[in-house]
Amino acid sequence: MPVESQRLTHAEMFRGFFIAGLSGFGGVLPFARRIVVERRKWLTEAEFADLFSLCQFLPGPNIVNFAAAFGARHRGISGALTATVGLLAAPIVIVLILGTLYERFGTLPVVHHGLGGLAAAASGLILGTALKIAGPSLRHPATLGIVVFAFVLFAVLRLPLPLVIAIALPVSLGLAVFRVK
Amino acid sequence: MILLALVLLFAEMSLLAIGGVASTLPAMARAVVARHWLTAPQFAALFGVAQSSPGPNMLIATLIGLHVAGISGALAASAAMIAPSSTLTVLVSGLWERFRAAHWRRVVQAAITPITGGLLLAAASFLIRAADHDWRAAAITLVVALFTLKSRVHPLLLLAGGALIGVLGYA
Repeated sequence: MPVESQRLTHAEMFRGFFIAGLSGFGGVLPFARRIVVERRKWLTEAEFADLFSLCQFLPGPNIVNFAAAFGARHRGISGALTATVGLLAAPIVIVLILGTLYERFGTLPVVHHGLGGLAAAASGLILGTALKIAGPSLRHPATLGIVVFAFVLFAVLRLPLPLVIAIALPVSLGLAVFRVK
Repeated sequence: MILLALVLLFAEMSLLAIGGVASTLPAMARAVVARHWLTAPQFAALFGVAQSSPGPNMLIATLIGLHVAGISGALAASAAMIAPSSTLTVLVSGLWERFRAAHWRRVVQAAITPITGGLLLAAASFLIRAADHDWRAAAITLVVALFTLKSRVHPLLLLAGGALIGVLGYA
C-alpha cells in the first residue's frame, strides 16, 4: 500500500471509476486508462499495463478486477468495494432500464427487427475485438496452434470450459517454457 | 430457489472467465438455454442490449438475472459474477507485485494469451451463429467486425447502425 500522503480517498476513487464506467461504451478499458493514467496520473503507463495484465489473465471481468485491485491497493477492502461500486453503479442502472424496455417491448415487430440488427452488430464487435486480441498470437506457428487448439476444443468439440482450460493450459505452458527466454 | 441457482451459475462463470467475460458467453448461453431461462436468439438479443449500455460486458449477467427473477435476480447475478473473481484478484495482486520480474510470470502470461485468443474467437463464432439467421445479419456482423478492426468509429455508432439497418431492412 502506498504511503498515506499518496493514498487516494474513497471519494476520489469513486468519482474516477464512476466516470470511467459511465463513459465506457463498447469497453471500459480505454476510458479507465485515460482517467487513471492521463487525466489523474494515479498510475504511470507501465504500472497500468502491469496491473491490467494481471487482471486479464485472472478470471472475471477484467476491468472490474482492475478496479478491485486498484481500490484495495489504496484503501484495503473498503477501497476495493468503493472502486468496484463506483465503476458499476451507472452501467447497472442504465442496463436495467434498457432491459426493462426490452422485456416490455421486445416482441413488437419493429423492436424485434431492430434487436436482430443490434445482435448482429454486437457479434461483429466481439469478432473484431477477438481478432485484435488474438492478432499477435496468430503470427507465430506455436501460438497460432494454441489459438486453433483452444477454438476447436471449445467451439467445435463443445467441451465444457473447465475441461478446455484443463487440456489447453498444460500444452500451452509446455510450449511457452521453450519460447520465453 | 431461483436466486440461489443464479448465484451458483454466475459465481462459476466468474471463476471460469479467463481473459474476460466474453470467453464464457458460449458456456453461459448453453447453461441458460438448458435451464429454459432463455432461447439462444433471446440470449443474442440480450447480449446486444448489454453491449448498448456503457460498462463492462458482464452486464449480460445483470440482464439474465433481470429476465429470470426481476431486480433482485439482476443484483444477485451481478454480484455473483463479480465477487469470486475480484476477491481472487485482490489476493493475487499482492503476490503479482512481488514477482514483477520473475521468469515464471512471463511464461504463464505467454501461455495464457493464445488460449484467451482462441476462447474469444469461439465466443464470437457462437454469437454469430446465434445472431446471424440470414445473409443480411451476416453482412452487418462482417462490416462491424471490419470497422472495429480497421477504424476508430465509436462502438455505439456501429451498434446503432446495425439496429437501424435491422429496422429498415425488415420492417
